[in-house]
Amino acid sequence: MQQLADRLIDTGFLQGLPRGLGYVIVVALFAFLMLNFIMLVAGVTSWLERRVWARIQSRIGPNRVGPQGSIQWLADGIKNIMKEDIVPSAADAPLFRFAPYLAMMGFFGAFAVVPFGDGLIVADINIGVLYVSAVTALVVVGILMAGWSSNNKWALLGGIRSAAQIISYEIPAALAVLTVVLFTGTLSMQGIIRAQGWAPWNWFLFHNPFTFVAFFLFFVSALAEGNRTPFDLPEAESELVAGAFTEYSGLRSLLFFLVEWGNLYLIGAICTTLFLGGWQVPAFTDSGLVLGLAQVLTFFLKAYFLVFVAMWVRGTLPRVRVDQLMTLCWKYLVPIAFVNMILAAFFAAILPNGSIFVKAGMCVFGLGLAVHFFQRVLFHLRRAKPELHLSPIV
Amino acid sequence: MDADGIHRALREKFAGAVDPDWVAGEWPIVTVGSASVAEVCRLLRDEPALGFDCLSNLSGVDRKDDDRIEVWYHLLSYRHRHQVALRTTTPRLDPVLPTVSHLWPIANWLERECWDLLGVRFVDHPDLRRLLMPEDWVGHPLRKDFVEPDEYHGISTRRESLLKL
Amino acid sequence: MSHAIDIDLHREGPGGLETEEMTLNMGPQHPSTHGVLRFVVKADGEVMRRAIPDIGYLHRSIEKIAEKVGYHGFMPYTDRVDYVSAMQCNQGWAMACEKLAGIEVPRRGEYCRVIASEFGRIASHLISVGATGMDMGAITPFTHAIREREYINDILEELCGARLTFNYMRIGGCAWDLPPGFAKRAIAYLDRFEPLIDEYDELISFNKIYVERLANVAPITAERAISWNLVGPNLRGSGVRYDVRRDVPYSAYPEFEFDVPVGTGERGTLGDCYDRYMVRMREIRQSCRILRQALEGIPAGPVVAKVPRTFKPAPGAVHVRVEASRGDMGWFAVSDGTAFPVRVHIRTGSYAAMAAIEELSKGLMIADLVAVIASLDIVAPEVDR
Repeated sequence: MQQLADRLIDTGFLQGLPRGLGYVIVVALFAFLMLNFIMLVAGVTSWLERRVWARIQSRIGPNRVGPQGSIQWLADGIKNIMKEDIVPSAADAPLFRFAPYLAMMGFFGAFAVVPFGDGLIVADINIGVLYVSAVTALVVVGILMAGWSSNNKWALLGGIRSAAQIISYEIPAALAVLTVVLFTGTLSMQGIIRAQGWAPWNWFLFHNPFTFVAFFLFFVSALAEGNRTPFDLPEAESELVAGAFTEYSGLRSLLFFLVEWGNLYLIGAICTTLFLGGWQVPAFTDSGLVLGLAQVLTFFLKAYFLVFVAMWVRGTLPRVRVDQLMTLCWKYLVPIAFVNMILAAFFAAILPNGSIFVKAGMCVFGLGLAVHFFQRVLFHLRRAKPELHLSPIV
Repeated sequence: MDADGIHRALREKFAGAVDPDWVAGEWPIVTVGSASVAEVCRLLRDEPALGFDCLSNLSGVDRKDDDRIEVWYHLLSYRHRHQVALRTTTPRLDPVLPTVSHLWPIANWLERECWDLLGVRFVDHPDLRRLLMPEDWVGHPLRKDFVEPDEYHGISTRRESLLKL
Repeated sequence: MSHAIDIDLHREGPGGLETEEMTLNMGPQHPSTHGVLRFVVKADGEVMRRAIPDIGYLHRSIEKIAEKVGYHGFMPYTDRVDYVSAMQCNQGWAMACEKLAGIEVPRRGEYCRVIASEFGRIASHLISVGATGMDMGAITPFTHAIREREYINDILEELCGARLTFNYMRIGGCAWDLPPGFAKRAIAYLDRFEPLIDEYDELISFNKIYVERLANVAPITAERAISWNLVGPNLRGSGVRYDVRRDVPYSAYPEFEFDVPVGTGERGTLGDCYDRYMVRMREIRQSCRILRQALEGIPAGPVVAKVPRTFKPAPGAVHVRVEASRGDMGWFAVSDGTAFPVRVHIRTGSYAAMAAIEELSKGLMIADLVAVIASLDIVAPEVDR
């Protein structure tokens, strides 16, 4: 980004401005663009989630506003902005007002290092992955602050659950990331993507058995960090009313939901970067523009596939209890992640560049798992004979 | 054990309290003096041959014309698959009965309900508060002479009939 | 309803630190209290020390109304005793009146009653198992269960024109005969529905997380269940094989073959939440079995006996029991020979289950309380009446 800013100041639009001011303008421009992008992604994700969820539950879902309800999220956003912003009289008003913005900040900051294509990234800092896990931890401060300042016991319980959960699951998530970093030797997001290829056997997912395990470790931990089912305890609506967000209304409540849905895309994007080859596409054309578009599209589709999986999981699984949540993290995920990382280190020492046989074997293994999964689905379909509605348009 | 046997077993122990007549039926009805209800119930529960392990129902009936309140205990034995109904009466002005809540935990709530709705006081009940009505309600609504108050905390209970319009 | 609940608030924690017990007010408006139940939860963090049930928020004085509206007129009110499965309440009141007056119901009428109340039972159990899933955080099973329940509502609507408060039964029989083609449509529905029970099992019953949430939570031994007067699926979940339909036969039930499923402690302790849940799942299958037999073997004839318009039974008191969806429902009715009953008392399954919660909740987590309420299948109108 700095090169771009320098170029603009030296030769482009911002010629003649003091260098510092130029930087500020460029940064503000990027922030504005990213904010809008996030709003759009979160909004569309919210609509998609409701549609996907509805189909899983044999309902129809929102289909009135716009074609197939596709701008329902806009209507909801406008409605929420126009609602009264209620601050409970017993609440700690300044903290209560500030909490949603803090949560928003934490997650918005992470988008600075989310890549979109080759060179399309706000800031390709050399500690990208570390930065993401550091900055998303700010969300927990926001939620805890919301829970505490609401002066409501349900909210407090939700906030405390959230803090315990997010901090615990940071560990397996970070260890899973480290497993990948062992093979790339860099923490930069673009660097990690460049270490992979466009073909599945060049992805880190199938690089070796340990990165394969790390992918699932990371995905599960990321779901927990994003407060998604089966780990949606902070806002468990059947237990804690609405958890930490019980007292929020209007725009502030919307911001929390924005964080949740935006986080979903963030999870998908980071998983794609680390394990699924990012924006890598084969060089099928000479045109830089077409290639760039293909890269953006590839990245987006991969990330959205994972978002879809998260929605699917939400539609299927019940919620775990708080002690089971901690048991899962500390008794299973953390030890597995440690052992996995150590074994990966041995593997990296023996075969620093990987082995084509291991990669091919892992690909076949992955394919086998997928086939097994779909066979099970077919078996259930034949046995229970449910009515199937395959068309996405209702 | 059949109904006659149950009645005989009760007469043996409580000749004075248990009425010599009993009414046959799906639930044989045995009339018991109000003072010894708890002891009779204890015998019914603890005697292995009787073994009434479940209090199925406890209902009060306001017999205004006779100036008394009847309380019925419907007892059930899952072990022996037999059943009996105890009937006891207590004066309407000051209805007092011994509690059976130490025998069957469910009696706790059933007696609270009976107190709440009919005003029967159960002596030695651990927690005789109103169950269904608000704590500060006046009167016992299932009494035949209960008159609904005109208002409760400023909420009127009267309304114009729509049919008059 | 009460407000004065006081237990020790302050206590010494480890290291001489004074900790304060948290009093949480769960309900009357809370997503998982299935209506308007209220619990005063004394909690130590996430662990409950006890949950004190507080009822009366849905008290509509149905028993007092019975004394004012007469025998025939009370029938629609019985729907409101348990609006999730109103058919069996209808039947309880009708049976109490018939026993008071010594009326014989025609056999076709009894069959109609069995058909109606077994459909009601399936509908009610679907709500129960679906809501258990929803309280565990999985909403999909609930919508799938509700979808099937809608079809049952359609069927019952054909029968009596109502979808929730049926008012189908009358003293001496049923209000209407089965409409033409009813049996065929009902069997077609059962053919469609029965394989779907397997789908529910695959979707939720054997789900690892779900089993973990329910197994070993709040187990009730058979002795405790009996002394608490738990009835129906809650009692059978503790391993007591007792079903009023089989053990105190009434209506046309002796003519049908069906099993009484009981809890076996298959995934945890005998009588835990999972056992109670599975008993309901299995009862749905048994109800389908009864329905098939009833729909195929229904005799011809009238559905309602001749009952005088001014119904004045002889003086006396009866207590009848029917197996409602939430278990043995006791109807105690006292007549004095006039057109109005002296007293009606309804002892319901949820009432006893609610009374048991205070003991059951000790030492559970807050999330478990939700599981306990759902697995005991407590329906607020039944508790308060």
